[in-house]
This record gives sequence, C-alpha cells and structure tokens, in this order.
Amino acid sequence: MIETASYFAFGCFALAVLLNLWKVVAAPEVADRILALDTMFINAIALMVLYGMALGTGIYFEAAMIIAMLGFVSTVAYARFILRGNIIE
Amino acid sequence: MASLFEFLVAAFLVSAGIFGLVGSYGLIKLNDPMSRLHAPTKATTLGVGGVLLASMLNAAAFGKYFSVHELLITLFLFLTAPITANFIAKVHIHRQESRETMPPAGEDDHWATHDTPEDEEQRNASRPDAAQ
Repeated sequence: MIETASYFAFGCFALAVLLNLWKVVAAPEVADRILALDTMFINAIALMVLYGMALGTGIYFEAAMIIAMLGFVSTVAYARFILRGNIIE
Repeated sequence: MASLFEFLVAAFLVSAGIFGLVGSYGLIKLNDPMSRLHAPTKATTLGVGGVLLASMLNAAAFGKYFSVHELLITLFLFLTAPITANFIAKVHIHRQESRETMPPAGEDDHWATHDTPEDEEQRNASRPDAAQ
C-alpha cells in the first residue's frame, strides 16, 4: 500500500518538476521564471524526502535541508538582482 | 495497528502528490501573474508538508529510528515561503506595474513601494513639524 502510494507521489512530483521546467523556459516575464524556479526547488525537496523514505535511510534529510536553504537564498538573490541590480549593497 | 499506520502514510503520500501537482499545474494554468504567485506558494508548501509528515510517520512506525527533524524542513519552508512570495510580488510590481495601474491605495495617493525621494521631500515640505 505504501509502495503504491509512494510511486503515485513520485509520479506527481516528477510531473510537477517537468511543468515547472516548461514554465522556466516559456514564461512571459521574469517574475514568473523566478517563481517557477522556486517551485522547482520545493518539488525537488519533496522528491528527495520521498527517495530517502523509499530507501529507508535518513541520509537524504540533510540534502533536503540544504536544498531548502539554497532555494530560499537563490530566490531572494534573483529578486534582489532584478529589483536593485545588486545583491548585497 | 500497523495497518492503520500504513493507511495513514499512504493517505498522506497521495494527498501530498495531488497538492504538489495542483500547485505546479496552477502555475501554468492561471492567467494573471499575481494569481500564478498564489498557486505554488500555498499548494506546493502543503504538498511538501504532507510528504514530510508521511516520512516521519513511516520512520516512527516501521523504521529503526524515530526522528522529528523533518519538522525542521517544514518549519523552514513555512517561514521562507511568504518572504519569497513577497520578493517575487515586488519584482512584478516594479517591472510590470506602475503607479497608475495599481489598485487604489486608500487614503494615500500611491503605494509606499512606489515612493520616491521627491515625494518624501514634498510631504515634509507640506508638514513643517515633521521635517525636523
């Protein structure tokens, strides 16, 4: 039961990452690209945690945590750069 | 008891997958840029929260260890999602909108993020007591 459910969740999040990727390539404005990249980071965290759960190890939580932090910092950096032309003033 | 945990973990996983997919589909489907901002920041955070809860329950019920550090990721995402949404909204406001296209700002004549140093000087000149 858990195996089937995790295959379903893997499929959903993989499809979500593909949709985000398409949006990054074909977005009408730059704010949408930043948003799609941010969503892609969040979906990558979910995939990472699912993978760790399927393997039964706790190793991938650290990786998921680091991806979460990098996602936040890079989104803020993109937005700052677009807004101010500079990241740290 | 084990089958109850199994059912709970499977239910969390399925609902998390649906939430994640709906969030990313909303990013493509919605027309207005600010509605597009709304879809992933909420639905996808719920999706990740569901996966983390399922993982925590799974480790507690069937694994060799019990851990709550998944909660750390959830907490971090819940703290940072509004901040990133605010930054992305500001990028949109400054690149796509202008003072004239914004909705009315109540008693002020424009929103504070569109304020310029000239506006501030003008305001201070009209209120001499505030200038000091």
